[in-house]
Amino acid sequence: MKRLMNPAVLIASVYVFALAAFLGYQVISRVPPLLHTPLMSATNAISGISLIGSLVLAGKAHYPLGAHILGFVAVTTATINVVGGFGITDRMLKMFGKRKTEPAAKGVAK
Amino acid sequence: MTLQTYFMEATYLVASILFVLSLKGMSHPETARRGMFMAEAGMFAAIVGTLVGTEIVSWVWIIAGLTIGSIIGAWMAIWVPMTAMPQRTALSHAFGAFAAAMVGIGEFIVRGSELGAITRGALGFEVMLGALTTTGSLIACGKLQGIIHGKPIQFRGQNIINLLVALSMVGCFVYFWMHPEAAAVFYTMLGLAFVFGIMLVIPIGSADMPVVMSLLNSYAGLASAATGFVLGNNVLIIAGTLDGFSGFILSVLMCKAMNRSITNVLFGGFGSVVAEATSNVGGVMREISLDDAAMQLAFANRVVFVPGYGLATAQAQHAVRELAELLEARGVSVKYAIHPVAGRMPGHMNVLLAEANVPYSSLYEMEQINPEFPSTDVAVVIGANDVVNPDARDNPKSLIAGMPILEVDRAKSVIVLKRGQGRGFSGLENPLFFKPRTTMLYGDAKSTLSHLAQAVQHV
Repeated sequence: MKRLMNPAVLIASVYVFALAAFLGYQVISRVPPLLHTPLMSATNAISGISLIGSLVLAGKAHYPLGAHILGFVAVTTATINVVGGFGITDRMLKMFGKRKTEPAAKGVAK
Repeated sequence: MTLQTYFMEATYLVASILFVLSLKGMSHPETARRGMFMAEAGMFAAIVGTLVGTEIVSWVWIIAGLTIGSIIGAWMAIWVPMTAMPQRTALSHAFGAFAAAMVGIGEFIVRGSELGAITRGALGFEVMLGALTTTGSLIACGKLQGIIHGKPIQFRGQNIINLLVALSMVGCFVYFWMHPEAAAVFYTMLGLAFVFGIMLVIPIGSADMPVVMSLLNSYAGLASAATGFVLGNNVLIIAGTLDGFSGFILSVLMCKAMNRSITNVLFGGFGSVVAEATSNVGGVMREISLDDAAMQLAFANRVVFVPGYGLATAQAQHAVRELAELLEARGVSVKYAIHPVAGRMPGHMNVLLAEANVPYSSLYEMEQINPEFPSTDVAVVIGANDVVNPDARDNPKSLIAGMPILEVDRAKSVIVLKRGQGRGFSGLENPLFFKPRTTMLYGDAKSTLSHLAQAVQHV
């Protein structure tokens, strides 16, 4: 993780960014409005991946105490997002999974 | 590179792929849950990979953070009611952005002036975006929760002051970029960003929250992506970008649904405008009795419910589902028409109805349901106003002209459930209420609906 940003790494990173943006656009524009709230809480949980940056800050060798404490705060808030975000997304999606069985003939549209 | 580092990088790659697949799963309710399991697995892998691949010495802070975070997170996941979903989401934007800002400050403390020019740029961006999203989201959360008044807070010269704050923040950023040793400037930038976040959100009214939420979502994601640039970490860039773009797409959709530009939402202070441009529709609103309304519904072939945020505030989701089931049992076809901005965040109304056991196959989007209104016998508008205001379509002078609406006025008859005779959030008169085929049913939505249900049973 100690990679410094030289121009070659930057260019690679910009590639990753641009491709992720493109892919994100393709994938996310297919999400129906029905699921926009779960989508928002899911992407939120996913971007809680900044947790891994926080972990390093909180625990890496030779870092000053100040950095460890900032890291601790960041680990806490990011973990809240990851655990809370995935938990609540799942709770919502479970509600959408429920199907009523009896009037199956009605409401054919997706 | 050591073996551990390779392992770590491998888990990051796996996580990135799983994240994209999980969002792909979101394209249908049937596959969405499985998708989320993939994302969770990816997250777990990345965390394990990091712990294995980094030279960790002090586990205390890590374990403490993970434990406290998990407890609070789990508590939120279990106990937060669906009506409070917008607040919770705003709060989590704040947390995510705050984590990004903290990591940025930490990097600054640790590496300080040895940062290269490119990293410094990304770092400044990360800290700025992270800080302003933190306070902005907290304000949004406070407004949604009702701790802070939902009305826009505005004063003279607000836009100029905002502009000054923004400019000085950017000024500090540029100075810091050129002089990396200037710690004071760095922290001033941080402080200004916190202030700017507050300034940005206080002038915005509660009803514009769907747009604000999406925008803050986008900022939080981009802050994470910037963290990825700072740390040279691809999975952070990918996850942050996915989040950022998702928020961006949602902002655009929400703006379209209100026919407004993002600038207008941010700097317009819409809810405060006391409308003068009201088309003065004469005529009277006709009231209907409960029994007559029940009769109308019971003998209809097609009924469409149009829920607005008023339904959610009255907690009437279950009551409307019960009424719908009684009608369906009589052979009436029942559908729900959902306007994109019916709730306080994108898709909010769908979640509320799903929680009340309304099957998602009866929830219809605006484009799907609008062509069906002419063949609808009764459209029941519950606590919605502006999203069914025909002025948006017919009167080019109206404040909401051009906003796409649910065209309930094309239905054969309309019953409007309303708390009182007041106007909607925009303060606009709604000509729908004066149309000859419209009748009004006043009262609290929840009790009105359950009384309607009882009356339908006795028809």
